[in-house]
Formats: sequence, structure tokens, C-alpha cells
Amino acid sequence: MTRITILSVSASAILLLYILEMVRRRKLREEYSILWLAGGVIMLLFSLKRNWLEWVSNAVGIYYPPSFLFLIGMLFILLILIHFSITISRLYQMNKKMAQDLALLKQEKEEKSE
Amino acid sequence: MQGQAGENKRETHRVLIAIPAYGEEKSIGAIVAKVRQRLPYDVVVVNDGSPDGTSSAARNAGAITLDLPCNLGIGGALQTAYQFARDRGYDALVRIDADGQHEVDDIPGVLDPVLRGQADAAIGSRFLGGNEYRASIPRIFGIRFFRWLVRSNTGYRVTDPTSGFFAINRRMIEFYSRHYPSDYPEVDAYILMHRLRATTVEVPVRMYERAEGKSSISMSRALYYMVKVTLSFLINRIRRFA
Repeated sequence: MTRITILSVSASAILLLYILEMVRRRKLREEYSILWLAGGVIMLLFSLKRNWLEWVSNAVGIYYPPSFLFLIGMLFILLILIHFSITISRLYQMNKKMAQDLALLKQEKEEKSE
Repeated sequence: MQGQAGENKRETHRVLIAIPAYGEEKSIGAIVAKVRQRLPYDVVVVNDGSPDGTSSAARNAGAITLDLPCNLGIGGALQTAYQFARDRGYDALVRIDADGQHEVDDIPGVLDPVLRGQADAAIGSRFLGGNEYRASIPRIFGIRFFRWLVRSNTGYRVTDPTSGFFAINRRMIEFYSRHYPSDYPEVDAYILMHRLRATTVEVPVRMYERAEGKSSISMSRALYYMVKVTLSFLINRIRRFA
């Protein structure tokens, strides 16, 4: 094993274990862990199977295979960030709805107690 | 409060005057009192999560108050008033500002086309009827841009596309209760009305500059406003509405 292999294998293994542990402790919902786990598994596979990585890199025309790993990592981060933006927008909608309903209910309650 | 409004009600139409307010404890009381004194309509003040005495000042002056637990932005606050009007069966709703920018005595003029069934929405324009309104050069540029945006996308020929002084009928109240932009809703509303094939009319009104001059938004805010409004306007053009 080369040093870069050891480094990337242990990095992706630590990521996977950390995500699993967070899900187990209910600090991360399963729904949100899927993207992270998928990213971790792919990174781990390509770190272990150097020849797979080389094959895929050649296929897409990347001459230095480890830089393909960076590309995959970046794409995953991008995907996860978009996912977050969508989630935040949904949370905003829910929050708005709740605030509006709360204001209307509070007024109704005050009116009844008058 | 509701009983009081019922007693001095002379018309067959039930109208709600909606005032979104954030941190307006100094001006809100006088405006509410003026509306209650001159017009036989209920007033609802939506306090958009302001920590000051806006809500109690409005209530003391005779308004129904809706207190949002957090700040939603002017569109989110207004939407709460639409939902209130929908739930309580109001026939029409007039929006005015809490800062005294709009003239209470112009409310009947804005309301009239809606109550007579001439239009789904009537919008007060500061540029009609020879009213003098001095605006800064960037603001004039902005207004011209939005006039063009509205006309080229909806066919509505408007003089005052950013006016926040308007009256709407029951049909618009019901639609806006479900779909309304969270912030800077005025220009966007034209696309929503267009999608509904709503009829609109502009009515001349007086508008006053804010006394404190807080509204003189900075250049970057103005730029953000232009970009955000244009984007959501164009997206609302192609969006699906349930």
C-alpha cells in the first residue's frame, strides 16, 4: 500500500464510521445520512481498488487517477450542499406556516376569552 | 371588538383593513384610530415579530391584532391577514402601510372598484391624478424597469408597480392565502394576478415620504431588491399553482 492509499482509505473509513455513529445516536437522521454514506463508500472503494480508479480515470481522460477522487469528492459536496438548500427552504415554508397558524390561533383564543 | 365593528357597519360588504407592522409603536396607534374613526371597517394589524409595543398600541386603538412569533417579512405577514380574512368571510381587503405613507382618506377610492365588482384588484398609484411625488433618480429608474417588466410579461399597463396600497376581492384573498411571496410582494403580485386572469385597475392616491427617512434603502439593498423581484417574478411565470 502506498501512503496515499493508506491516507484515503483511513479518511473514508473514518467518515463512514462517524456518520454511522451519528445515525446510531440519533444525531443525524437516516434520510440525511444516505448521501454521506454513499459518498464515503465510493471513496473507500476507489481507495482500495486502485486499478478500478485507474480504469475509470482513463475512461474519462484523467491522467492522474487520484485527482479523479478529488473530483468525486467535490461533486458529492456540491450535491449535499444543494440538498441542504432545498431542506432549508422546506424548513422555512414549514416555519412560516406554523408562525401564521400560531398567530391566528392566538387571536382566536384571545377573542374567546374576552 | 368584533361586536363594535358590527354596530357601526353601514354597508353590506364586510371589509378588512390590513396593516403589516414591524417596530411601528409610535405611528400605528394614530393610523388605526383614524381608520376606525372614518370608516366602518375592521382593522387587523399583523405584528411581524417586533419586540416593541406595536401590538398593544394597535389593540388599544381598536385593531384586531395578529402576533407572529418571529419575523416572516412583509409578504409572510400580509399572508396571515389574507388567511384571517378568508377564515372570517370578509368580502374585500385593503392593505395600507403602518408608517403613515398612505392616506387613510384615500381608502374608499381604492376600495370602490373592488366593491362595485369592476376589478378583482385596485391598486393605488402615486403617479396618477397629478399628484406630486418626488422620487430619487435610482428609484425612478427602478419604477420604469418594473413597469416594463410587468407590461411585457402580463400586459397590465401600470404606472406604480411597487405600490403597497391596494384593495382585493374575495377571489384574490383566497388565492393569496395560499400563494404569496414572502418579501417584496408588490411587483410579484402582478404575475399572480395575471396567472389568475384577474382584472386590475389603478386609482390615484396620495403618498407621503417616510418622516424618519428609514426607507431610503442603500444601493446594495436596492440592487438585491431588483434582482430578487425580477427572479421571483420570472419564476412565478412558469411555476405551477395548485
